[in-house]
Amino acid sequence: MLTSADYATLFLTFQVASSTTLLLLFFGTPLAWWLVRTQSKYKGIINAIVALPLVLPPTVLGFYLLIILGKHGIIGQLTTQLGLGTLPFTFAGLVISSCLYSLPFVLQPLQTAFSAIGSRPLEAAATLRASPLDTFFSVVMRLSTSGFLTATVLGFAHTVGEFGVVLMVGGNIPDKTRVVSVQIYNHVEALEYSQAHWLAGGLLLFSFCILWLLYSIVKTPTSTPLFK
Amino acid sequence: MNTAIIAKFKLDYGDFHLDIDVTLPSLGITVLYGESGSGKTTLLRCIAGLKQAQNGFLSINNTVWQDSEKQLFVPTHQRALGYVFQDANLFTHLSVSDNLDYGLKRLKTAVDPTQKAHIIELLGISHLMSRMPEHLSGGERQRVAIARALVLNPRILLMDEPLASLDSQRKQEILPFLMRLNQELHIPVLYVTHSKKEMALLADYLVILAHGKVDAMGLLSQTLSRVDLPLSQDGQASCVWEICIAQHDHADHLTQVDFSGGRLYLPTIPLAIGEKRRVQIFARDVSITLDMSSQTSILNRLPATILDMFTDNSGQAVISLQVGSDKLLAHITQKSVTQLNLSVGKAVFVQIKGTSLLN
Repeated sequence: MLTSADYATLFLTFQVASSTTLLLLFFGTPLAWWLVRTQSKYKGIINAIVALPLVLPPTVLGFYLLIILGKHGIIGQLTTQLGLGTLPFTFAGLVISSCLYSLPFVLQPLQTAFSAIGSRPLEAAATLRASPLDTFFSVVMRLSTSGFLTATVLGFAHTVGEFGVVLMVGGNIPDKTRVVSVQIYNHVEALEYSQAHWLAGGLLLFSFCILWLLYSIVKTPTSTPLFK
Repeated sequence: MNTAIIAKFKLDYGDFHLDIDVTLPSLGITVLYGESGSGKTTLLRCIAGLKQAQNGFLSINNTVWQDSEKQLFVPTHQRALGYVFQDANLFTHLSVSDNLDYGLKRLKTAVDPTQKAHIIELLGISHLMSRMPEHLSGGERQRVAIARALVLNPRILLMDEPLASLDSQRKQEILPFLMRLNQELHIPVLYVTHSKKEMALLADYLVILAHGKVDAMGLLSQTLSRVDLPLSQDGQASCVWEICIAQHDHADHLTQVDFSGGRLYLPTIPLAIGEKRRVQIFARDVSITLDMSSQTSILNRLPATILDMFTDNSGQAVISLQVGSDKLLAHITQKSVTQLNLSVGKAVFVQIKGTSLLN
């Protein structure tokens, strides 16, 4: 059965995943909207940057984050000067790296949903006196609920499942940065297979259920592919 | 300044160049007519502000919405307009009732609530209020879209081929509403279409567009009867007269109607005495004689004066005539022109073989 240390990692994982998902929805929504609507020449390069975590090995991302956030990195120096200390091996550092790691999993469903709406409902709203911001809340968000659902579920589930970035940036500090995936690794290392089974099996079941739920709720899964 | 619509736009869009400078009447329906690619929809979108012409000036009854020289461009949502899209473009996540209220909630000044009820009744959509757009027919959707634009009490109504995506039966379902709108609305309507029938039925004023430029514009009757325009030269060339039902001759299955130049006999029209409609008279159904004496089977013979003639090398001639205060087009052969010695200003008689009632 699960030990109290296991429960602590589960709780921490939940905290990291929810914070990450909320932050990503908050910042990812305007970014996704901008990427869909903009005619900017930088659109291509920005799309490439935000999609990078899809293809990079998590250890590569984690390695560079460790360096940038560390004492001698650009952000590390900034946070030290601000009196915040350095971010690696802290909860905040874990959330920030998770945000970068899971960014495409939130952005892409939103981008797909936004581009499916097209410009016609926006034009209708404009002729009915709705400002662009008003239109976004009263039309765009209402028409892309399945995109938001997909983004939330994928962002959360993908953060729960991360390992490489967490290990590089967060380390393996009990109650502080030790999440479920790392705990499974610890159990396996210590040859505690039955403990590992409980956690790994739980994670498997969780991921399966949440995806099953997602595909049952989202009305037309074919029109909302996970990736474009 | 006068009360009118002044629209000047210059827009380059790939290969397409829009170059428009028009002054349009501030009342009645102005039809923007042209083939696809003529720029009629682009012009309408520039007027709505959905497209921004690099160079433009737009004033609707002294309210300026765009003036490039002064860097002025009022965004669409701040323009007091109503816009009806080709395929209704209702919000699919809102019921009919919520679609109608969407704009109303956003108006800065409240409108008279009886007006909304009146528009709902006028367009016959009161039984649809709780439905979702996906459960409406194409015709119903378009009626809701028209109502949604009108409840805002706009200063101008812009309609982009509102019937183009409907089959002829659905068109027939909406046209009477549009005709009633024309009588009840006291705002200018700009109506984009490539349908000659809709143009003949609805237009008070006609703007013909081709290749992004204005080919011709003027009152409907004057523009239709211009012999120098391609519109008067093709097989479907016609003129449109306003008529008023005067008398029913039940025994002969005929209805007598009055127009500016006298009386016409038409096949029975099931309308009450005094009702007004439009009839379309095709140029191919009009022939010309020099006297009234000869016996003929044609009932409608009227005195007329030749206004203008156009001949090309095809052996055909296009003649425009004045009948009462109306204009008429006739397609005859060049040989007839010579035989009858027709010339501009000559008094003749026209025989009208057929008319078609527009409704």
